[in-house]
Amino acid sequence: MAILEVLGPVMVGPSSSHTLGALRIARFAYKFSGGIPEKVKFTLHGSFAETHKGHGTDKALLAGILGMRADDERIKDAYKIADKLGVEYEFAQDDLGDVHPNTVLIETWKGENEYSIMGSSIGGGKIRIVRIKDVECDIAWEYNTLVLVMKDKPGAMAKILERITKNIANLYMRRVNVAENKAISIIESDENLPNEDLKRMKDCDYVYKLFYIPRD
Amino acid sequence: MNFGDLVKMSKDERKPLHEIILEEEYEELGVPVEFTRKGAAKILKAIIREGARNFGKQQKTLTGMTGMNAWKMKNYKQKLISDFNRIAMISALSFAESNAAMGRIVACPTAGACGVMSGIVYALWKKDENFDKLLDSFIVAGGIGDVISKKATLAGAEGGCQAEIGSGAAMAAAMLTYYYTGDGEKCAHAAAIALKSLMGLVCDPVGGFVEVPCVKRNATAVNIAIASAEMAMAGIESVIPFDEVVEAMGKVGRALPESLRETGKGGIAATPTAKRILKELKL
Repeated sequence: MAILEVLGPVMVGPSSSHTLGALRIARFAYKFSGGIPEKVKFTLHGSFAETHKGHGTDKALLAGILGMRADDERIKDAYKIADKLGVEYEFAQDDLGDVHPNTVLIETWKGENEYSIMGSSIGGGKIRIVRIKDVECDIAWEYNTLVLVMKDKPGAMAKILERITKNIANLYMRRVNVAENKAISIIESDENLPNEDLKRMKDCDYVYKLFYIPRD
Repeated sequence: MNFGDLVKMSKDERKPLHEIILEEEYEELGVPVEFTRKGAAKILKAIIREGARNFGKQQKTLTGMTGMNAWKMKNYKQKLISDFNRIAMISALSFAESNAAMGRIVACPTAGACGVMSGIVYALWKKDENFDKLLDSFIVAGGIGDVISKKATLAGAEGGCQAEIGSGAAMAAAMLTYYYTGDGEKCAHAAAIALKSLMGLVCDPVGGFVEVPCVKRNATAVNIAIASAEMAMAGIESVIPFDEVVEAMGKVGRALPESLRETGKGGIAATPTAKRILKELKL
């Protein structure tokens, strides 16, 4: 932990795990969806399900999916703002399985796209994105994060990596569908990836889909 | 890194303690000195800004269990404490209530304990408006908090309230002492005295919400920070060095049953009145 993490951050209360962490998970989903979705469903698990209203977790989640930042005082008016923007929202409670007590599943609908992201708020405002669609992952969102759905072929990764001009901090890949030769890669980088890099990767034959989620 | 080692380095190299802390941040994590200093200045400005905006304001919390405390304190002429304590207390209550009302706060070191450090920062600012001097002392407080987070914990769910309010008071005591003396050794004594005073404090929020008893604990703890700093500045030393007190606090935290670590199941959260209030809450 660095000194600045002890002295801050500037945020909206009341709880770093129930408000800040919740907001960051939803904000990740907002960026992943490429903006404010038309419809969103939050399924809360464990402690999130039990105490979300008294902690404002519901408002933090809704504010995050609307793209608000952690220190935005409009968070407490998230319901009103969502209504004004015509965003359809739903909160549900369910047992999401063997996951952290502060876990939420966020499903979004935007245009023809449907996404689902599961994240846990693990304390002190830190988060883990643990599932994207059906793929398990472990993203802390402390770096600029690139999620690639790619062809699982020899040499594919090398072809993709040669299109990145910035220093890579972490990289991991897992096969998700053997029959369709599909894999998911997650690339984390300290520096912001320039648009040219992203465009070159999108144009690559080995890349089916690309999601870039710059850190806050 | 022990806090004692930082103090020793500061003495040996004849460099102010806040500079040593910034340099260590670079040595250990590669974060440039200027980056940390600027980042801390930004956080400090946010505390001063929010402190002024919410000072003694009427605030209602999310559940309505508490609130209006800062306003009551502001409209009361104190009989015993100094004006400095009064401002720090009103500000601490204002931050803690703002936190419980989804207002903007600075989680220094945590959201639930945000009032202790912020209250003292605001009182020091109102006194002299000397930003640079305040920033140096704020960085020393960060050094104290950093050592606690590495050797023990700052999370109520892990170590009880001593880890949150206790750490906030230790940081604030060191900040006050550094502000007035610039003496690293005295800072360590002040922080040790404050942390010892709050050792064993349990985290027992009614219903699990950051309201009762959290809001008022922020305001009482500023006085512990002030008293600890005054003692250290008078030359009173903590028999047990700060680093050992931190380790002891961590051990006490691990020994606490789960019911006393932010679960809302023990302590005052388990009293008949707390249970009645929860039943009547409409959420």
